[in-house]
Amino acid sequence: MAGLLAILVGVLFGAGVYLLLRRSLIRLIFGLALISHAVNLLVFTTGGLVRGNPPLVPPEAQVPPAGHADPIPQALVLTAIVIGFGLLAFTCVLVKQVVKTLGTDDTDSMRANEE
Amino acid sequence: MSLLPALPVLVPLSAAALSFAAWKRLAVQQAIGVAGTGGLLAAGVALLAKTAGGAVLVLPVGGWPARFGIALAADTLSAIMVLLAGLMGLAVAVYALADVDRPRKAFGFYPFLHLMLAGVAGSFVTADMFNMYVWFEVMLLGSFVLLALGGERDQMAGAMKYVTLNLIGSALFLSAAGVLYAVTKTLNMGEVSTRLALIAGHHPHLVLALGALFLTSFAIKAGLFPFTFWLPASYATPPVAVSAVFAGLLTKVGVYALLRTFTVVFPVMERNFRILLLLAGITMVLGVLGAVSRFEIRKILSFHIISQIGYMVAALGLSISPDPEIRRLALAGAVFYIAHHIVVKTNLFLVGGVIRRLTGSFDLKRTGGLAKSAPWLAVLFLIPALSLAGVPPLSGFWAKLMVIRAGLSAGEWLLVAAAIAAGLLTLISMVKIWNEAFWKPAPSPAPHPRPGRGTLLAMTAPIAVLALVTVLIGLWPQPLLDVAGRAADQLLDPAGWAKAVAGDLR
Repeated sequence: MAGLLAILVGVLFGAGVYLLLRRSLIRLIFGLALISHAVNLLVFTTGGLVRGNPPLVPPEAQVPPAGHADPIPQALVLTAIVIGFGLLAFTCVLVKQVVKTLGTDDTDSMRANEE
Repeated sequence: MSLLPALPVLVPLSAAALSFAAWKRLAVQQAIGVAGTGGLLAAGVALLAKTAGGAVLVLPVGGWPARFGIALAADTLSAIMVLLAGLMGLAVAVYALADVDRPRKAFGFYPFLHLMLAGVAGSFVTADMFNMYVWFEVMLLGSFVLLALGGERDQMAGAMKYVTLNLIGSALFLSAAGVLYAVTKTLNMGEVSTRLALIAGHHPHLVLALGALFLTSFAIKAGLFPFTFWLPASYATPPVAVSAVFAGLLTKVGVYALLRTFTVVFPVMERNFRILLLLAGITMVLGVLGAVSRFEIRKILSFHIISQIGYMVAALGLSISPDPEIRRLALAGAVFYIAHHIVVKTNLFLVGGVIRRLTGSFDLKRTGGLAKSAPWLAVLFLIPALSLAGVPPLSGFWAKLMVIRAGLSAGEWLLVAAAIAAGLLTLISMVKIWNEAFWKPAPSPAPHPRPGRGTLLAMTAPIAVLALVTVLIGLWPQPLLDVAGRAADQLLDPAGWAKAVAGDLR
């Protein structure tokens, strides 16, 4: 399972980078979204995949049962999803404004300020 | 346990909250703007007073022990950085009273300035790798808004590049933090440091790959070669007050993260560290060449940021030397350089803003005659400009001297040559601004209206204060040298730092 997810992470990263390298701003948004998903999946996968063993302490015990799922990567991913969502929302609005102000969504024609 | 390490975060965050509450009342927002940044400066001073002796203040937030909770930790380096962030924040908040226009203020200039400062200061005091990522994002969101605020054509194009590059950098940082957790099962920097040192023995390549991920993401933030080109494209577009605080602080957060990560957190891997020297050398020369070829004041200054980042990273790269004397000199040099650079670079941008106010343009071809019409500004420009170029007895001279001495002792001749060449070209580029804006006669009878007294005072007071700081550091460098040396000692003692930050878990 981890191997499969690793390949998926790679595919997501690759697709994201491919979209970033296109000239259209809309594709750039999708590229950033794919990359942020790839990273979340990466963090989740490297944390170790455990099935059906939540890190809950049984009533009579002091520690959760052996081999429990590590909750930290999941907490990290949750935080990262929220942050990523906020950033993506901002990027969408920014792209809308950029297209409105510059009259184009072609990144190659945004070199006006680079001399 | 004192709350002091949390102050640099709490003060700007509450200032931001108060400013949002006073959304419609600009006068109140301006007052909070000055008071809040002043509070951050005070927090920095208090931190430095407590840590200047070499103590590490640690605050386990929520009372959780290191492995389970997030710890904030302030050592001498953190304190210096927070103090400088406060000073720059205050300078810019005062300057913005006159420089930032009304619509921009009405759309939240001050609250987002506080938010950004909270992110900057949070990055300086956190002792948790993932928490650092979160503070980076807080800083980024604030900076995104400040950069795009106003929505002019250039700004939009610049903001697009800035946002994209920084989001990619953040994605890499998050990947690195995630893999770091997978490898070490902890995010507390102190514990990470101890465990990575063990892991590096068995799996050097794993640690190397992790280091490369962190290096790439921080290099993007710092504007290190080959990730430089977003910087002049975006920093030269917003109002000067925004450019100035970006120029002073944001890239330096990247440098701080490099400095923190590759001294106390990652074990030193001698051969692989040499890449830092190579990148630093290229960055120095490339940045200064870009500056020499430009004629727009903000562009010139932006390229100089890149070039100066090269010096700081070079100093970090020199800290791999086997000789402890050189290591200490190099790291103290890096800290001294960062402190000097933040003050000088912010100040130069602020001066650039006054030049535009008086002549109507940032374009050197259309400026002129200021030596006659505003001799006081000429003096205020020359202080940071000559300091940037490293002319004695100003602060930049000592900073460059330390880095170059460390380079000479380590036998890195090429790097020293690059540093000296970049210094000379910096001088040429500063002389160019002097000639074009101050010395040559005004191009035509300027129809530009002279700004009012109050405006000029609000813009000049921060410049004068920062220039005074530059002169003081230059004439009386010993206190800063001592503090920088203390910070270097802490950075050279990963075990002691890790023990302070992680507590006695093991």
